[in-house]
Amino acid sequence: MGLSRAEPTPQVIQSGNEPWIATRLDFLVNWGRANSLWPMPFGTACCAIEFMATAASKYDLARFGMERMSFSPRQADVLICAGRVPFKLAPVLRRIWQQMPQPKWAISMGACASSGGMFDNYAVVQGIDTIIPVDVYVPGCPPRPEGLIYGIMLLQKKVMGERMKDSSIRREMEPDPTSQLYIPPSQIDELSEPFGNSVHQTRSGL
Amino acid sequence: MTQRASFTPVVAGSASSESPATPKAPARRGGPPNPSADALRQRFGAAVRRVDVVWGETTVIVDGARLGEIAAWLHDDPAQRYDLLADVTAVEFRDSELPLEVVWHIRSLPFRRFLRLKVLLEKGRPLEVPSVWATWKSADWLERECYDMFGIRFAGHPDLRRILMWEQYKEGYPLRKDFPLRGRFSRSEQLRQALAANPEARYSMDELSIAQAFEDLPDDMRQRLSTGEKTGE
Repeated sequence: MGLSRAEPTPQVIQSGNEPWIATRLDFLVNWGRANSLWPMPFGTACCAIEFMATAASKYDLARFGMERMSFSPRQADVLICAGRVPFKLAPVLRRIWQQMPQPKWAISMGACASSGGMFDNYAVVQGIDTIIPVDVYVPGCPPRPEGLIYGIMLLQKKVMGERMKDSSIRREMEPDPTSQLYIPPSQIDELSEPFGNSVHQTRSGL
Repeated sequence: MTQRASFTPVVAGSASSESPATPKAPARRGGPPNPSADALRQRFGAAVRRVDVVWGETTVIVDGARLGEIAAWLHDDPAQRYDLLADVTAVEFRDSELPLEVVWHIRSLPFRRFLRLKVLLEKGRPLEVPSVWATWKSADWLERECYDMFGIRFAGHPDLRRILMWEQYKEGYPLRKDFPLRGRFSRSEQLRQALAANPEARYSMDELSIAQAFEDLPDDMRQRLSTGEKTGE
């Protein structure tokens, strides 16, 4: 009766007068979650304009259950970071992510949020995945509404594939200096130094 | 309805014919300078170092020591009335011999004049010019931005702090030519410092209008603010 992951189709069973449904609980919960993702819009740049276009009537994000932008992170399910994030905003973005209740997901919309984009400079975070965990990266500069909707559909697919038994999905980790996996910042510096020591040179050649 | 006598509204088309709103086809260099330039020369003499006219716009290079005086005169003199400070910025050239230029864009709305003031700061000397905050209050944030980006100190500014970068920013002044594009620290160190900041501790007591509601604040915030903390690190 739908116990395997491969066939999660609910089965309608007629017994007596009332029909009833048997399905996997995972499927039911995930189906509910995937189709009622409330976005927390974190729009900082031009991607937010495309995001607004996606939410407006022509592309109509409400078709995907995102009926309402949740401007309070406490009522949001998915954080959509649309635009570049400067270092000054990094603690704000992390605080907003921490304020969102589980289960929560994050979409990094556009080149700047995903990688810093063209802003490879002193002020901009090189990808929000250095601050918060990201589920879906939407490429584009900025992505068209179709691109964002595709990203959202990918996220829905991901949500549908989650298992409640797998507790690792919902675990939030802060780096613990006592753990074996902890790498001190100095060592990360060494590891993450780009080839050719390009951190310490300027583009203008001075 | 009574109109204040000191205020003369500028109505479109009311300007005198000698000062057209938009000069037509100005030369790249040369041409008649803004009448204020001559007036400045007469009044301040040697403090006016040079007058350039580029694309019909007048640049007056003045002595930094007398800038405050010049600014006040341009603002107050009934024949000048430069009542709008549009921008304060600085220019550093790639040629390290050339001095840094601090630039003020001022505008006289009643006379429809635009004037660019410049002060040259020699390399190797402390980068300091007088603040024009006493004359134009809009200099407050503009000078803070200029200080933040170039490290030029504006003597007499009431609250000269960083404005774009956070106050604990340790890497220097980003728009200087010796500043590497990606900053001085590694990416992970930059991120570590940024994330260590407390996003709720951005403001000082003086800046917040909550000063009166101080007693209603949460305990930790009250404690932080009462010790004079401005930004969390």
